[in-house]
Amino acid sequence: MELKDFSYEGLSSGHLACAGCGAALAMRLALKALGDKVRVVIPASCWSVIAGRHPDASLKVPMMHSTFEVAPSIATGMKAALRRLGTDHITVMVWAGDGATYDIGFGSLSAAAERNEDIIYVCYDNEAYMNTGVQRSSSTPQSAWTTTTPTGKLERKKDIITSMFAHRIPYIATVTLAYPEDFMHKFQKAQKIKGFRFILVLAPCPTGWRFEESRTVEISRLAVETGVFPLLEIENGIWKITVRPKMIEIGSYLKSQGRFQHADPEEWKRAVKDQWDFIEKFAGGQHGCDSAL
Amino acid sequence: MNGKVLLTSAEAISYAVKLVKPEVISAYPITPQTHIVEKIAHFVETGELDAEFIRVEAEISALAVVIGAVAQGIRAFTATSSHGLLYMHELIHWSAGGRLPIVMAVANRAVGAPWNLWCDHQDMMSQRDTGWMQIFASNAQEAHDFIFLAYKVAEKVFIPCMVGIDGFILSHTAEPLYLVDSGVAEAFLPPLDFPLRLSNQNPFTLWPILEPPLYHRQRQDLFTDMEKSLKEWEKAFEHWEELTGRRYLPVEGYMLEDAHTALVCTGALSETAKVAVKQLRKKGEKVGLITLKLFRPMPKEHLLETAIHIERFIVLDRATSFGAEGILAQELRSAISGSRPVHSYIVSMGGKEVFPENIQEAYFKCIKYPEGATLWS
Ligand code: SF4
Repeated sequence: MELKDFSYEGLSSGHLACAGCGAALAMRLALKALGDKVRVVIPASCWSVIAGRHPDASLKVPMMHSTFEVAPSIATGMKAALRRLGTDHITVMVWAGDGATYDIGFGSLSAAAERNEDIIYVCYDNEAYMNTGVQRSSSTPQSAWTTTTPTGKLERKKDIITSMFAHRIPYIATVTLAYPEDFMHKFQKAQKIKGFRFILVLAPCPTGWRFEESRTVEISRLAVETGVFPLLEIENGIWKITVRPKMIEIGSYLKSQGRFQHADPEEWKRAVKDQWDFIEKFAGGQHGCDSAL
Repeated sequence: MNGKVLLTSAEAISYAVKLVKPEVISAYPITPQTHIVEKIAHFVETGELDAEFIRVEAEISALAVVIGAVAQGIRAFTATSSHGLLYMHELIHWSAGGRLPIVMAVANRAVGAPWNLWCDHQDMMSQRDTGWMQIFASNAQEAHDFIFLAYKVAEKVFIPCMVGIDGFILSHTAEPLYLVDSGVAEAFLPPLDFPLRLSNQNPFTLWPILEPPLYHRQRQDLFTDMEKSLKEWEKAFEHWEELTGRRYLPVEGYMLEDAHTALVCTGALSETAKVAVKQLRKKGEKVGLITLKLFRPMPKEHLLETAIHIERFIVLDRATSFGAEGILAQELRSAISGSRPVHSYIVSMGGKEVFPENIQEAYFKCIKYPEGATLWS
């Protein structure tokens, strides 16, 4: 993998995230990869706070706050304006949490993907409504504790990657913090592609997942190594596994976080196996489909 | 263009938008607004209007696209109606708070349940507290002209503006009108210069969290700027008269000189009410008509001046504040501060037909009673 110059810092120190916040570190890596010719749209989320209170701003690139459900539509208007102004080279990035992505903004996300808008949509997934104090979202994994699922969530996590795959967009990727080269490489690649690009970031949240704030990167790595969070790329419908997990014991991931007290490791093992059986079918290559481009 | 042309108010708005030259248009279909954006889509397809037309999945996204575009410093347009406007409600607040000079046409239609496609003003008047300016047209000429005027003022004070046309009654009825010519449009509306636009040269964050005292001040600014916008409306009306010979006022009076009683209304009802006034005059009643064009900012002083000698007001409402009275009646009562009787008369909800005789009936019913109970036609 060719390593570019990643010296750019688009995130200021003194931002308002909790200590050890995966979502803050994710933004730092994303902007390192994308550089400063970027405009960001952020719907209601932890990042509405992390971005700073007036007059302080934690981002060094232009950024617009959006209401919860329409960030992709705001970004659509932003990009259209940039085309009209002759500044099409500027990348427009939506930076949304899982609440906006999987739940309340799913309609506008789907519509922007269907129109193949020329934007990068990033979901930093911390698997619950963290900004309002840890409530379940449709991204919360089965059996995870949240304040609205005190004995563990009954339903399975929504599969957003397959949902986006069904939209036949040109680029989809998953990334997480423990693999910064993979992370930044995918952002750079996405930036060069035209059309709708979707990147899912697993962003561990010490506050909501209940772990010590020094362990964010470690937990991000465990998620990959146990096979819970696959690192993938789907380019023009062709699936690719970018990091082969070692498939270490699932218990190490479950035990690392307070939210999984009610989790049954056997059930998780089966779920992870199901997930990988499914991915392998696609990543075999035969099942790629033509993208909208 | 010199002669008059025959157009519906929906078409009249589309032709105005073509001359205003927004660069981004986004909309979602809803009856009876759809004709406006269909025509604009046609202008974009044929290249008569050089713009991007973005076909979204919901009204709230239509306004979101417009917000995203205007915040980068370009002109944009959308149109909606009834449930579409209500579905936008969160962003109606957001865009006013964001001080974006957006113009939106609203084909005024009733709100469900139950379903109803026809005209009343409940949709737009229920948005009166959002910080948008609102103006109601009474005919196709006004529908056409008010688009230019709305952009002019919105881009001066950085407050968005809705232009209301009565659903079906105006949106689908053809009337003769003069189209503005492109030279006049250009002289009247210079390109948008939006100081708050985002830029990568000088990056900043738009609409971050404001601490309570600053937020309070920001709302106060919107309030006082809205009040000040009245002056801009006056200036724009004057300028428009110089360019087109057509004179508008925030509040229009009709046969008020020796009137004791004034009927009060907004929108196309004004035309019907004028006929009723003439009929009542023939019967010896000293009655005139006040038509509010501008609803936000509320032109209180114009209203007081126009109605200085009026002893009684009969407000013909197409919108209701349930548990209070007609919305326009409420507004009028607040403007004249309780000094004279105000009768609240709900003349038509959901397109119930209004003939001049019905307005006469309203007049005779109201003058029998002291002010108080809201009466329904
Ligand atoms: S609650 Fe979680 S996601 Fe939100 S700022 Fe804190 S650590 Fe980050």
